[in-house]
Amino acid sequence: MTTFFRSGRIAAFVLAALVCAPAAFAQTLRVGLAEDPDVLDPTLARTFVGRIVFAGLCDKLVDVDEKLTIVPQLATSWQWGPDQKSLTMKIRQGVTFHDGEKLDAAAVKFNIERHKTMQGSNRRGELAPVTSVDVVDPYTVRFNLSAPFAPLLAQLADRAGMMVSPKAAKAEGEKFGAHPVCSGPFKFAERVAQDRIVLERFPNYWNKGAIHFDKVIYQPIIDPTVRLANLKSGQLDFIERVAPSDMKALKGDAKIKVARMVEIGYQGITINVGKSDLAQKNPLGKDARVREAFELSLDRQAIVDVAQDGEGLPGNQWVAPTSAWYAKNMPIPKRDVARAKALLKEAGVTNPSFTLLTPTTADAQRVAQVVQAMAKEAGFDVKIQSTEFATSLDMADKGTYEAYVLAWSGRADPDGNLYSFDVTKQPLNYAGYSNPEVDRLIKESRETVDPAARLKLFEQVAAHTLKDRPILYLYHRHLLWAYSSKLSGLRTVPDGLVRLQDLKGR
Amino acid sequence: MLQFLVKRLAAIVPTVFLVSVLIFTLQQLLPGDPAVAMAGEDRDPNVIAYLRAKFHLDEPIPVRYLYWAKGVLHGDLGDSVRIQEPVTQLILEKLPVTIELAALAMTIALVIGISAGIVSAVFKDTVWDYGANVFALWGLSTPNFWLGILMILLFSVRLGWLPASGYVSPFEDLRANLASMIMPAFVLGNAIAAVLMRHTRSAMLQVLSADYVRTARAKGLDERVVVLRHALRNALVPIVTLGALEFGTLLSGAVLTEQVFSIPGFGKLIVDAVFNRDYLVVQGVVLFTASAYILLNLLADVAYVLINPRMRT
Repeated sequence: MTTFFRSGRIAAFVLAALVCAPAAFAQTLRVGLAEDPDVLDPTLARTFVGRIVFAGLCDKLVDVDEKLTIVPQLATSWQWGPDQKSLTMKIRQGVTFHDGEKLDAAAVKFNIERHKTMQGSNRRGELAPVTSVDVVDPYTVRFNLSAPFAPLLAQLADRAGMMVSPKAAKAEGEKFGAHPVCSGPFKFAERVAQDRIVLERFPNYWNKGAIHFDKVIYQPIIDPTVRLANLKSGQLDFIERVAPSDMKALKGDAKIKVARMVEIGYQGITINVGKSDLAQKNPLGKDARVREAFELSLDRQAIVDVAQDGEGLPGNQWVAPTSAWYAKNMPIPKRDVARAKALLKEAGVTNPSFTLLTPTTADAQRVAQVVQAMAKEAGFDVKIQSTEFATSLDMADKGTYEAYVLAWSGRADPDGNLYSFDVTKQPLNYAGYSNPEVDRLIKESRETVDPAARLKLFEQVAAHTLKDRPILYLYHRHLLWAYSSKLSGLRTVPDGLVRLQDLKGR
Repeated sequence: MLQFLVKRLAAIVPTVFLVSVLIFTLQQLLPGDPAVAMAGEDRDPNVIAYLRAKFHLDEPIPVRYLYWAKGVLHGDLGDSVRIQEPVTQLILEKLPVTIELAALAMTIALVIGISAGIVSAVFKDTVWDYGANVFALWGLSTPNFWLGILMILLFSVRLGWLPASGYVSPFEDLRANLASMIMPAFVLGNAIAAVLMRHTRSAMLQVLSADYVRTARAKGLDERVVVLRHALRNALVPIVTLGALEFGTLLSGAVLTEQVFSIPGFGKLIVDAVFNRDYLVVQGVVLFTASAYILLNLLADVAYVLINPRMRT
């Protein structure tokens, strides 16, 4: 009887195990990245590709959705103070870090202070207007600001809003990035530089119902052809940044699905209008009419077709025409070579010549070549100078250039594409642009929390900067993803980060 | 022999010192402010100032060299700025991968190169000779990255026999490790085999016409013994030099091949570090590989002496 009972129990156990098997089957998601991420510390991190890994590792106070609307993540609700100089946030209860520590208001305060004070922090600038953080109660924090700061929520939807375990951060100091401890759906398991980053499912994740993989392996594979070959041969389940030229061939492949999003960044040409003496020494930097003629000589759709195999959206502003923040009063000008020639005549310039600096990436070089050919029809003599990226950036910084093919990866809030580029003496203002009225308007847009009023200010900014043309915005790339057709539940958020919530394998 | 070794070892010290000065100076000549390049996309002025102070970038070059050399002498090559890991750890992580790839590639190169060289010398001006020469020309003129991509397309995408890229440690899974290494090792070995084949052929031709080979044949020795024992052994001296040099080059990383097959070795490490101006990594890795290269040269010299008794005096 006992034996029968025992074997019955074993049988029941085996049966239960079989029934549960599909759920218990270890599922691994293998993601191919275009570059090796940098340090995995949200305070120090500085690359786009690193943010893709953070999406699995570190939850943020808030997130953005497909329409770039701010949605709750670790914070469940928030409210601006009456003078908009403070933001109060309710923190989700019952959330723990990967080391078992509790995530509460005190932990949030610690993290914001770490971002603001840690040596080498890349978040300090993003959180500059935050003067202090108060713990109102164990699950409520208040950000106190020196002035109203509309981009704050978008900053908290990125690395500035990522929360790390205070205990681990204190213990590891500046080495924290080697063993990051956050509160995201997956915890850090292992990293071999330039080979792989392995994350394992965090069993106590607050939203564990949405997680359907046990392990995620991120592998940097730089060559897009090889990245795609790995996906096709089944060694990877997902790859980011597919080469535009490969998209057509993937159309007929039943085993592979593709997704495309218009990037939140832009591709453009920055013009030295005041960064150094060089600006006054060439007609392009000196005379806004010459810059207008240059712009009118360009056909943006043709540039997209040649440089990106059509995988992009022409644009003329720091945000794409599809964005809610696009200034509709300043549409994309059509190519008009006759008008361009007339403008050059008016400016008294014949055959203006300038050097177009470009990094050695294939995209940038193709853009430069198309631009060179188009501008020639209007009478411009464009010389191309290809230079390794870090060197070209240094030249831009010193102002030893006339025009520069430069891209920006973009930020969820339009301020991240605008402020540092167009406000006088900001670090990314390579053009050397300075217009007190623009400075005032952009500053006001930062302090205006109401979206409608803010858009009005952006329209006024556009009216100035798109005439002064320190930057000629050309187009917005499609972020291209390819993945195994066995995957489902993929969300396409335009920030280009791969959300692992709701993503399922078959 | 001992005296020879001591002399050669003593010469290594000033060589490594000169190499370290050279690496450091060359690195400083790279255009662009390293602090700016390291600061990343946002280029926060606070971050740039911090990096400048941390890496003593405001100090004169000789002072910076002394800071670095002091660390090196204490066995500390510094930390990577980009990923905040000690350079020594990165080197130790990549070293087994690079050594394995280099050893496999070298084995393939030696087997193919030397045997093809012998065949084409022994059967000079026959179909075998022409065939071996065509092979050598092909090996020399095929770009590594192109051959690599074609092999991936054939063996991984079309046939599905081998993984397209990636690296598995042999201690984890030896089969998977060999499967992931065979294509890159062949691509690298193929090019070196061509060089070795050409040298083996000419050295063998020279030796085969020497008097002692005629004597050996006249003694009625089996042709196989004449070729393999009498001729090849003497022809090997230049091959050993060349092999050691090629092996040293392989150890400093096979940049393009590693890139194509995503093999995490020295080549990838150093190229990424140069582009990101992660200069402690560049200096550490170059110093390490330069030292390895010098040591390999020494080993090659020792090998000559062992192969060629005339050099023992």
